[in-house]
Amino acid sequence: MKRFAELFAALDTTTSTAARTKALAEYFRTAPEADRVWTVALLSGRRPKRVVNATELRNWAAEAAGLPLWLFEESYNVAGDLAETIALLLPPATTDADPTLDQALRQLIQLAGQPEPIRKQATLAAWAQLQGDARLLYTKLITGGFRMGVAQGLMTRALAQATGVEETTLAHRLMGDWKPETTGFHALIEGDGQQGARPYPFALASPLEAEPETLGPVTDWLAEWKWDGIRGQIIARPGAFAVWSRGEDLITDRFPEFAALADFLPPGTVIDGEILAWDGVAPLPFAALQTRITRKTVSKAQMAKAPAHILAYDLLEDAGEDIRQQPLAHRRARLATILAQIPPSLPLSLSPQITAQDWPELTAERAKARDKQAEGLMLKRLSSPYHQGRKRGDWWKWKLDPYAVDAVMLYAQAGHGRRANLYTDYTFAVRDGNDLVPFTKAYSGLTDAEFNQITAWVNRNTLERFGPVRRVKPELVFEIGFEGIQASPRHKSGLALRFPRMLRWRQDKALDQIDTLESLRALLAGTKP
Amino acid sequence: MARDNLLTFTDKGIFCPEGGFYIDPWRPVDRALITHGHSDHARPGHNRYLSTDKAAPVIRARLGDITIDTIPYGETRAIGGVNVTFHPAGHVPGSAQIAVERGGEVWVVSGDYKVENDGLSEAFAPVPCHTFISECTFGLPLFRWQPQAAITADITDWWAKNRAEGRISIISAYSLGKAQRLMAMLGHQGPILTHGAVTHMTDILRDQGYNLPPTIHVTPDITHKTHPGALVVAPGSALGTPWAKRFGDAAEATASGWMALRGIRRRRGATTGFALSDHADWPGLNQAIRATGAERVFVTHGYTAPFRRWLSEQGYDAGIIETAYHGDDAQDPDFMLPEIPPGGAGGGQPPVATET
Repeated sequence: MKRFAELFAALDTTTSTAARTKALAEYFRTAPEADRVWTVALLSGRRPKRVVNATELRNWAAEAAGLPLWLFEESYNVAGDLAETIALLLPPATTDADPTLDQALRQLIQLAGQPEPIRKQATLAAWAQLQGDARLLYTKLITGGFRMGVAQGLMTRALAQATGVEETTLAHRLMGDWKPETTGFHALIEGDGQQGARPYPFALASPLEAEPETLGPVTDWLAEWKWDGIRGQIIARPGAFAVWSRGEDLITDRFPEFAALADFLPPGTVIDGEILAWDGVAPLPFAALQTRITRKTVSKAQMAKAPAHILAYDLLEDAGEDIRQQPLAHRRARLATILAQIPPSLPLSLSPQITAQDWPELTAERAKARDKQAEGLMLKRLSSPYHQGRKRGDWWKWKLDPYAVDAVMLYAQAGHGRRANLYTDYTFAVRDGNDLVPFTKAYSGLTDAEFNQITAWVNRNTLERFGPVRRVKPELVFEIGFEGIQASPRHKSGLALRFPRMLRWRQDKALDQIDTLESLRALLAGTKP
Repeated sequence: MARDNLLTFTDKGIFCPEGGFYIDPWRPVDRALITHGHSDHARPGHNRYLSTDKAAPVIRARLGDITIDTIPYGETRAIGGVNVTFHPAGHVPGSAQIAVERGGEVWVVSGDYKVENDGLSEAFAPVPCHTFISECTFGLPLFRWQPQAAITADITDWWAKNRAEGRISIISAYSLGKAQRLMAMLGHQGPILTHGAVTHMTDILRDQGYNLPPTIHVTPDITHKTHPGALVVAPGSALGTPWAKRFGDAAEATASGWMALRGIRRRRGATTGFALSDHADWPGLNQAIRATGAERVFVTHGYTAPFRRWLSEQGYDAGIIETAYHGDDAQDPDFMLPEIPPGGAGGGQPPVATET
């Protein structure tokens, strides 16, 4: 664990991409091979399942530290991170053992399903032999909350530097359903020659901030709706059918309606598309899809209420051949041909192309996005290959401007991790007659300096405390932006926002200038199909 | 009951009715006893000041034209109907705890203190008393300092690594106390350059006879080219300014007890943090309180609510003294500290800006 802790410390104390890549590449060259495999797994989101819950951890740690639970909780509120709290509160290590990452994780995995006394004894024993960052990391692995702040692209680049395997090849090999327990380092980076159900790295778009005219002739571009669903990849290869989400989760079983596609798609087909809840001809709001994603198994009733459908964007593999380097125009034509040959009753169709003579016409089309349940337009250069990850220039997301309302802060809560000790999570209200009605929470969009300033303000203007939450004087006004609005009987305001965030702290506005619940309801009425 | 109390707690600060003086008051008063020169303790505007002879030069330098009387450590002076003695607090050079005695009953105001002997400040000595008023800036068990020797080794390694890469090392530290402590810890290893604010305080302490290694004041002609691999000691407010740019691609670190928390370290932009504090850590606070033999303890400055509760559970008669400090008058921009600990800890006062 010490070698892994050193890597962590090296990554934690620099923001320089070059320095971080160098530290990782060095690790991938020199750490024990089994540890390298685990590190790749952890940095690509393949975390071990949680074997101890947070309550157990708290109780065991407080007991081992000889502290009352309330004092543990006070400490946690200040540190803002459970694993860090535990690492700091436990007494110093009693031995100086240094298990490898592989040993520590294998031992951890074996604890799954064991009775509490066994898990407790093993956890206390591990804590007693680890110190500092190693103890922090081990505890983060137990909680399932392990993150190292390393983007997968950076990890892949470092691995490419360390192994000499080309980066794009490596990125593809690291995708899919491999298990660190049973995969050797060389098998992982050299591949097994089998495609199986392995997906390709997703191409990602950048937000278009300039005027669209800067992109050249409109005819160079494919425009389509930016759907608000789950980006997914359908793999139909001989003997393998899978649906992957962009987060590399295998979600085949959550959408049984897609199983039939295996019988109709030509062998060796990989499609990039958007999974949506579907009313037969058009998408349902995202909230309908949400009822489907959270569940591992899905009932008949849920399937009937929110049937899933895929709108296809792109074709990555055609008759078993990787065609990602072909121009989009070609891939799209092949996609259309394949989709034209499957029965129209299947839940898969082409995401329609929006055609326009010029940019003003396309801009006018874009304005209709909300009526289509879309967030805006996607612009993709017709001559472009299917890139790996985000590569500026060929793919743009051209979203509608968000909705915006002015609202007052009612409650503030401290954040976690980097935001521990800072009040960053707020609840906002709009006016309803003489009342203030809370309608959303938001915790992003401000600068660190603003969060500092607001934290000082919260300290002076707290009216009431509820555990970590503070009710504050209704005085600070913020412009809240959001992408969509829906009726919601579960919320006091009767509505729920999609992607709410703070656009701006309106220091120029006072409480009597905030928006009303009525104006939000009017937005809601306006968005109904 | 209040009449019997040697010290009372007012909106101007801690007051001794029989002595007619305040201790570290935050609003102008006639007579102020000052524990040390940090700006949240030594405030301007009082008619008369009393401090240790060791603390007075800094206080004078910071507050300008004031009427200040001095007293050596350990000497007892009668003021009104009480006897007052200043004892070393180990916080920064010249810092004191103030003992107030009347008819055998002793109250001690700790000021800021740390129990580890840093080799520069006069070492903390516990003062037996009946009532102890203790700071608790780091009054949570999260805070446990490494011994100074271990931190010295860590900083030494960091400096050596940067030097080997041909880079300057800039360490941010409070200009009174922490900066000089770093010099004393590291001064024999190579040239130390100082920012103006640090130079000013260092010169005063050096003139008083504190044993500080030679340092070089950063003048406009000094850069990473003239002093490659040097260590620069500067207040936090100097980092990221045009002043700091002269040192090229320098490595930056912060020396503060708050660096024990990763969230705070990361908020400072992934610079290196050394958890070096001039305040008592959790074991230090508990040890100091036990050593006084006091039965009654008032806590102030810091995580007061949980610390008071903890002391009550340990059998002390414990209370909280509210202070007037809020984030806004954290006068020294040296340090952006967390304000009140969230989650109901603390009694309304932030750990103020002078933590170092």
